[in-house]
Order: sequence, then structure tokens, then C-alpha cells
Amino acid sequence: MIPPPVCSRKTLEIGSKHSPEMMCLPFKVFIGNYIESIEKGADTIIITGSCGPCRFGLYSLIQEDILQDLGYDVDLIVIDSIKEGYKEFISNLKKITKTNTLPQLYKSSRLALDLIKRADDLTQKSNYTRAYAVDKNHVNQIMDNYLKTSVQIHGASELINLINKTKEELSNVKLLENYNPIKIGIIGEIYTIIEPFVNLDVERKLGQLGVLVDKSLTPTKWLEHHVINYPFGSEDENNKFKLAKPYLHTPIGGHGRETLGSAIHYKNLGYDGVIQILPLNCMPEIVAKSILKNVSKDLDFPIMTLVVDEMTGEAGFVTRLEAFVDLLSKRREKHLIG
Amino acid sequence: MKKIGVPRGMLYYENFPFWKDYFNEIGYEIVVSKKTNKDILDNGILNSVDEACLPVKIIHGHVDYLKDKVDYIFVPRVVSLYKREYCCPKILGLPEMIKNSIEDLPEIIDTIFDLDKRSGLESGYRDVGKYLNVSNKESSKAYKKAYSQKEKYNDWIRAELLPMNYKFRPNNINILVLGHSYNVFDDYINMGILDKLSKRNINIYTAEDLSSEHIRKFSSYTKKRLFWTHGRRIVGAANYYIMNKEIDGIIFLSSFGCGLDSVLTHMVSRQSTIYEVPFMNLTLDEQTGEAGINTRLEAFLDMMKWRDKDKSYISTFR
Repeated sequence: MIPPPVCSRKTLEIGSKHSPEMMCLPFKVFIGNYIESIEKGADTIIITGSCGPCRFGLYSLIQEDILQDLGYDVDLIVIDSIKEGYKEFISNLKKITKTNTLPQLYKSSRLALDLIKRADDLTQKSNYTRAYAVDKNHVNQIMDNYLKTSVQIHGASELINLINKTKEELSNVKLLENYNPIKIGIIGEIYTIIEPFVNLDVERKLGQLGVLVDKSLTPTKWLEHHVINYPFGSEDENNKFKLAKPYLHTPIGGHGRETLGSAIHYKNLGYDGVIQILPLNCMPEIVAKSILKNVSKDLDFPIMTLVVDEMTGEAGFVTRLEAFVDLLSKRREKHLIG
Repeated sequence: MKKIGVPRGMLYYENFPFWKDYFNEIGYEIVVSKKTNKDILDNGILNSVDEACLPVKIIHGHVDYLKDKVDYIFVPRVVSLYKREYCCPKILGLPEMIKNSIEDLPEIIDTIFDLDKRSGLESGYRDVGKYLNVSNKESSKAYKKAYSQKEKYNDWIRAELLPMNYKFRPNNINILVLGHSYNVFDDYINMGILDKLSKRNINIYTAEDLSSEHIRKFSSYTKKRLFWTHGRRIVGAANYYIMNKEIDGIIFLSSFGCGLDSVLTHMVSRQSTIYEVPFMNLTLDEQTGEAGINTRLEAFLDMMKWRDKDKSYISTFR
């Protein structure tokens, strides 16, 4: 397995050069990732699929064309939903995990899920620690170190060790006492929430300002909803659908409904505000955005929308984040005074 | 008689003759908003989210125009028209976008048409009937009457949407004008491209000319199943005309910010490259400079003429 190099400006530049102009940002980063990995020696690419109505489901169709036109001879494996054909699903999984029997398949998938969960927990812990830490750069150092080492080691047990070690280091970071941080939830399109390069490291930037950040979607949450609890869905996510119901009662594709539900979910948890992040042109999130305007008004809950695309002027981004955090802390003071 | 407003945008161009007959049959008057103009576009831009695509902004403008002239506005939520297929996510959320963006609206009839989960359009129309206190029996009758003649849709296109003096002549150049029906037939969005083609004596082909059997057959060649019904229409029509060699060129009208078009333009342009059919993609957005479109159209047509003239010419310099 060759992990794609960490996303960088170069990734994005390669991606946008070869992608259709009007495609959304994740597509372009994907293409960049593919090409960078192929140049490192990858000959098979695995992505997940979907069957609408978001355009993500048709990524593979175009990406195959693009790679072929560029003269790369690679195998693109798409793991589609079981609904699209049970046999294909299993054979794809077997091809990937190199196992032949179902119990073995189950075991190796279980391990992968466990690893993803641990890694997500660690990221979440670092976000919490950063908000309270006296020296925020110390947390950044620990996490940078972890990310750097994680690509050099091999095998699951070493990775688990590394995660545990990093966790311990995080626990030893000196924290502020009697500090009540501003709490912000990050909602929106799943890829832009997860990938730090694409969202300009919003978690870290907010953490730097002493804000406690929680993400509405993580790989763990996605897997719990779509794989582990298939076909019923996890409790958390189903609850979000329920919360979104007064505003939207049919799915609109992508994570549009989750975005609405999450906003209300964070309001109920007593958060100070939420930030919606979406790639330019994302269809479901545009619908969600137009509804969020009223959610914000009805619940008296600040919501800011950030649209990301290939232009990555960081200064403008930071200014908006700072302004939003300032606004939230002023709001809190006002509530305290009455 | 109570009035039902139908905004002249999005699905209007696909369903209006049927809607009109249905509502007339159950005893309501239909009011259609004016043809798209500068005011409607401006109001639409003002009343919708910045990121939305042009057709969505325009339908916002039409609803805004209708809101104090009618008792109800009909904006159905068309989720799916075939099993395991969907419409564009923005069409799925259209009633919500409108309700949350425009203030002081009359009642919006936003019945769900979801053929993935339910069977037949009839149940959708029954729900519309329930909304207006019409019995199931009556609305079924009205539905059957409205849909008794399928040809009336194409008659309506010929009579209302195609240019006035347009005539099909066998020896002219044939061009397929591809795109969503709300881009192809709204002559404000596309700056009267059909008119321009007709004035230059060009035969216009559209995806709407084909029966859905043809569309579905010719759109099933893709490696991965296309799950957009409107996408299948566009890809199927392109494949049909290209493979049967009925056309000389394709003009694709896509709107800026359209998610479907970003995928479909790629597929169609690739197909036309393989079969060596000239292809031009015009992206439509809020700006209203007509000269750019004229220039590109002229260049495209000139290119086709030269291609035709020079195809048997082999240079002695080879």
C-alpha cells in the first residue's frame, strides 16, 4: 500500500490542471492524490462509490478517463454500496484485503475499523487539548510529530503504539485552569471537514485562538453510520435526521440533511456557534446553506459559511475566523451581563 | 375561481402542458409568471443564496413575481422519476430553498413526486388533490385526462418554445442544442440562441424530440450507472444523434455552477471527440453581454462550414 503524499499546493495544482473546470474541489484533490501516488509506484487505486444524487458517485467514471488520457495504466477499484450488487461488493473487498474467506475478511475489516477509530479519537483529543493548553504550539508539535512518524512505520501494532504514545504526551500538556473556551462545531461537506489541507487547517487555527472545536463528521462517524450499522444507520446520525425534519424532510443528497441536523444538534449541546464549510459548487450544501439562514434566525444561533476552492488566500480566511470568534465572545459577555 | 401560480422556470419546461390540464380539470385557474426578463433575474439574484446556479436564481425571481398575484404557488418536490434514479440535489431541495429565501409567500404546494419509493405519478397528483380538498377519484380522473396524450408536450414545444418562423428544411445544417430544458428553452438565459440558429437557417434538434425509450437505451452504455434522470436524457440524446449520424454539430448549454453539467459536458465532449462531431460548450451565467455569444456562435458555424468544404482537400505539401 502506498499512502498518497500529504496534500499540498502541488497536489491541488496537478489536480486542477487535469480536471474539468467546473468540478468540485474534492475531485481535483483526488486527481492530484492519484497522480502523486502513481508516481511513487501505485498501480491500484481504491475509492468508495455512491449512487446519487450527489456527483461524487460519478467521480470514478471521469477519473478513469482522465488517468487513461494521461497514459497511466492503473486499476481503479470502486467500492459501491451493497445495493448496487452484492457479488461485486464482496469480490472488491477480497481483492483489496487479500483474504479469501468471509471470516478472514471480517477480521481484517474489524482491524481497519479499529485503527480508524483510534486515529479519530486522537485527533479529537488534540483539538480539546489545544483549546485548554497554555502553550498551543506544544500541541501542534506533538501532532506534527505523530503525523510524520505515522507514515514511516509499518503494521497495525506499531501504529497503535504510536497512537497510545501520542495520547500520553497530549495528557501531559499543561492546561489552563478555570478556563471556559468558546465552543464551535464544524459542519458541512464531509471531505472538506476532514482534510486539513482543504479547509486550511481550520481546527488548528481555531484551537490557536483558544476555541474548542468539534467536527460533525469524521471517518469513524461515517463508518458507524454506513458500514457497521448497515442498513439501519447509527443512532447519532439518525437523530440528526430527526432534528432536521422541521426544515427538510426528504434527503437532498450528500450530507445536506446531516448539516442541518448537526447545526441544531450543536445548539442543543450548548455550543456558541457553528461554521459550515463547503467546496465551491457543492450542490447539497448550497441547499443546506439557504435553509441554515432560517435555522440561525429561529434558534438565535450564529452560523458562518466558508466556501473553499483552489484560491487559498489564508489571510482572508483567518480574518473571518477571528471576527467570528470575537463576535461569539462578545455575545457571551452580553448574555452574562444580561 | 382560485388561482395557482406556476413559476416559469426549472421543471416548468418539462411538465407545463400536463400541469395546466390537471389543474384546469379540477377547477383551478393557472397563472404563469412572465417570461424571464431583467427584473425577474435581478429579483432572483437578490432573493437567493449566492452560490446557487443561474436557473435556481431565476426561479426565485419568478416566485417573487407571482407571490402577491395568486393564492397558491406550485413548486413540486420532484425527488425521483425512475427507480433508483434521482433529480439534481437542488431540484430536491427547491421548495425548501424558496421557502427559506423569499418572505411573505402564499401557500406553496410542495407535494413529493418520488417514483423510487412509490409507483406512478398518479399518487403524487392525488396528494396535490388532497392539498386542495379534491377527492382521490376526481384527481385520478384529472390526471388520466392530463396524461392521455403524450404528444401534446412536443406540440407545445413547437408552438410555444421554438422560434416563431422556425422550419425544418432537409438540406440545412443540423445542430443538436443540448442541455437542461430550462437552459435550452428559456431564451433570456441563453440569449435567444434558438432564434439565432433559426435565422441562420439551421435545423435545431433537442433532447426533448426523442422518446424516453431511445433515451434510456442510448444512455445505458456508461461504465457506471447514471443516477440522474435528467443526466440520462442529455447523455442519451447525445449518444443517439451521434451514433445515428443525424447531426453535424453539438452546442451544449450549461449553466455556471451546475453540478450535473460538470460531469455531463465531459462525457458528451468525449463521445463527440471519438465520433469526430464538432462540439461547443457555452456556459451561461448572470452576465448579459451578448456579443461574446454571437462571436463564439459565428466562429463555430464558420468552422463547421470550412470543415465541410475542405474535407476532401489534401494539401500538396504533405
